[in-house]
Amino acid sequence: MTTRLEGPDKVTGKAVYSSDVRLPGQLYAKILRSPHPHAKVLRIDTSRAEALAGVRAVVSAMNGPDISWHDDTRLLDSTVRYVGDEVAALAADSEEIAQDALRLIEVEYLPLAFDVARGKAGDSKVQERGNVLTGLREADVTVEETYTTGTALHNALESHGCTAVWDGGELTLYESTQGIFAVRDEVAEKLGLPKDQVRVITPHMGGGFGAKQIAWKHSVIAALLAKRAGRPVQLMLDRTEENLASGSRNATRQHVRIGAKRDGTLTAIDARIEFQSGAYKVGGEDSDLTGTYMTLYRCENVRAEQTSMKTNAGASVAFRGPGYVEANFALESAMDELARKLGMDPIDLRLRNYAVRDQSEDKPYTSPQSLRRCIERVAEVFDWKRKRKGIGFAAHDWLAGGGWPPATVEVTLRAGRAEVLVGVQDIGTGPRTALAQIAAAELGIPLDAVDVRLGDTKPGLYGPTSSGSTTLATIGPALAEAARKAKKTGHGRAERGENPKDKTIRTCGAQCAEVEVDLETGEVTVLRVVAAHDCGRIINPLLVASQVIGGVTQGIGFALCEERVMDERLGESLNANLEEYKVATVRDIREIVNATESMPDLEANALGTKGIGEPPIIPTAAAIANAIFDATGVRIRDLPITRDKLLNELNQGQTTFSDNGARNKRGLSLIPGS
Amino acid sequence: MIPIRINGSEQSVDAEPRRTLLDALRHDLGLTGAKKACDMGNCGACTVHLDGRAVYSCLVLAVDCAGREVTTIEGLAAGSNEGSLHPLQRAFIEADAFQCGYCTPGQIMSLKALFDRTPRPSDEDIERALSGNLCRCGAYQHILKAARLVRDQ
Repeated sequence: MTTRLEGPDKVTGKAVYSSDVRLPGQLYAKILRSPHPHAKVLRIDTSRAEALAGVRAVVSAMNGPDISWHDDTRLLDSTVRYVGDEVAALAADSEEIAQDALRLIEVEYLPLAFDVARGKAGDSKVQERGNVLTGLREADVTVEETYTTGTALHNALESHGCTAVWDGGELTLYESTQGIFAVRDEVAEKLGLPKDQVRVITPHMGGGFGAKQIAWKHSVIAALLAKRAGRPVQLMLDRTEENLASGSRNATRQHVRIGAKRDGTLTAIDARIEFQSGAYKVGGEDSDLTGTYMTLYRCENVRAEQTSMKTNAGASVAFRGPGYVEANFALESAMDELARKLGMDPIDLRLRNYAVRDQSEDKPYTSPQSLRRCIERVAEVFDWKRKRKGIGFAAHDWLAGGGWPPATVEVTLRAGRAEVLVGVQDIGTGPRTALAQIAAAELGIPLDAVDVRLGDTKPGLYGPTSSGSTTLATIGPALAEAARKAKKTGHGRAERGENPKDKTIRTCGAQCAEVEVDLETGEVTVLRVVAAHDCGRIINPLLVASQVIGGVTQGIGFALCEERVMDERLGESLNANLEEYKVATVRDIREIVNATESMPDLEANALGTKGIGEPPIIPTAAAIANAIFDATGVRIRDLPITRDKLLNELNQGQTTFSDNGARNKRGLSLIPGS
Repeated sequence: MIPIRINGSEQSVDAEPRRTLLDALRHDLGLTGAKKACDMGNCGACTVHLDGRAVYSCLVLAVDCAGREVTTIEGLAAGSNEGSLHPLQRAFIEADAFQCGYCTPGQIMSLKALFDRTPRPSDEDIERALSGNLCRCGAYQHILKAARLVRDQ
């Protein structure tokens, strides 16, 4: 099997990440952040910090340039809106000196009223077809429940950050990003530079999961400090900042009503949704929770309404399968509840109702039967029909994965070697390798004769942001075309063509989970997850397996242990670190089976390939919650399913230890898993 | 100056007393393989060997390493071409035991310490050795596979 081309660099420590960049005279920057959830900044005195030996540049709301930022605020605003909001920044000879200097900055705040619990209603969005009230009246059986999900944090192990260096009027950013062109364009705009005077370089990056698809303030701050100091500046967020100020998967509350005929045919789906968007709308992150309600199942009467709720917390931003992960938990839990009420097998209920058309756009899918194939495949590999306790199922769809224009690719042949030039970045999903495979196959040359150059805006070949699971399906077809041209003339350049107009490309899949629950402790062990997804034609089975296993692993964390915990009275996070924000460890994973089959989707593009980055996390939490119900008869409708919630339900009516503490309703405080 | 033997060669580091071993490696010695991901002993991305034992280098002060032996991921393979990779490094590539690769040096160093002490570890030994190394991409299953490849070869 073809292994990653960058493998040797990554296992030897040679791979250079943004945090590893070392330039002559490089300084280290730190940001002073608000300790208040909402306050006016009355006065900032940086004079003592500036006087400290080794401090080379300082910016604050008092002396910084007036740069506008999201929601009509400023880069360094005179109002702070969450604990972690940027107030000032400085660069010094070492991280230690920078840390010392931060403590010397004096800030006078006027604290203001705040809300980190429910928030204030902001934007709303409604999608509707048919009439859900009619549909509910026609139903023989209905389910009506409220589901909630917690705030999850990306916590990529490489924090957000960059190294900024000026050469005259030109800025180079070594940025840990999923979107080199997105960062280039946004930073250029903020600094008032032509786009071609900003270069963004990302040879390797240590994870993003959606939170690194936009330009954040640190990039502009680093550029300003580097300009003032006349030296390169590295600004990497520390782990606390990463947990406070670099994005989150928004907490949600979803009130769901589903109606069905006795035979399981759906007559209505209705969802009223609130999600927390944090203090700012930072762009490119809009969580669409309505999407999957509208499309996953065939139903004439559907309504989904979502309202974003502004809170005094860090901004929400796309997190692997944004909106779909949260909505899938509610919808697929409700479908499981419906199956139980109907006395139907949960998989039979899905097979009766899965959609073959895009009902929102009223167009057929390019792969109308791929969801059925995934459901049947996963049931077979999991051996669903074999009766045992503690098994659960969930299906999902995902609006993207098919890729889209624009993108430009160049292939050049020289002395028996091929150079592939693209404007994408490798966020750990492995495009270097998959793209090299496509080029090698088209050119009929060995894989090791292909060099893929990516992660640099300088050549000016636009590539998309790594989001929506679209890189391979965007670049792949254009690359194949460029390679065919190069085979004839030695050099080929191709643009990504349009997608079919009369059909919708989607990705989808299904998962089964088997769990064991310790009734004494509430501990849930996920014994086995089997996952089958439609990612079209598989280019590299090993890379697909890694995405599936990784997505399920993150899904297990989202289902059982991951949650940012806010103190409502203080307005601040209680677990802004990797000690108490609990991501899954090696001990939480038993067996994950990747049952994904190659199913070329030639209606989608000439290569027949689609993305797999996001889908594997989407149905995992619902499959686990449904399996927990199967094991215990207890239905937990609030993620994460921590031990205290499970014990409270298992011992309902009896006093349990956690009755002494606050109940973990959404927004109230409780250390997860404690 | 702090004398430390690093990857087999004598080095001396000029660092203030509060500088961690991790910062000394990354800033004073140019060894950026060990990563700073949490800087508080939660994630394991900075794992190196100190006198043959796996440690979180963010929790060790450089001054405490005087006269001691430190091995980092850069010291694991004898040379620079793929042919000279350590068996664990080869197994990580073969099993695709990483995605972004940021935690990988730490994962490998934790396993190397285990294999040095226990050439044929049990599955339980392997899991325990890795339990202090987070992988946010979720490559654990492939990391375990890589470890078993080395054990069983």
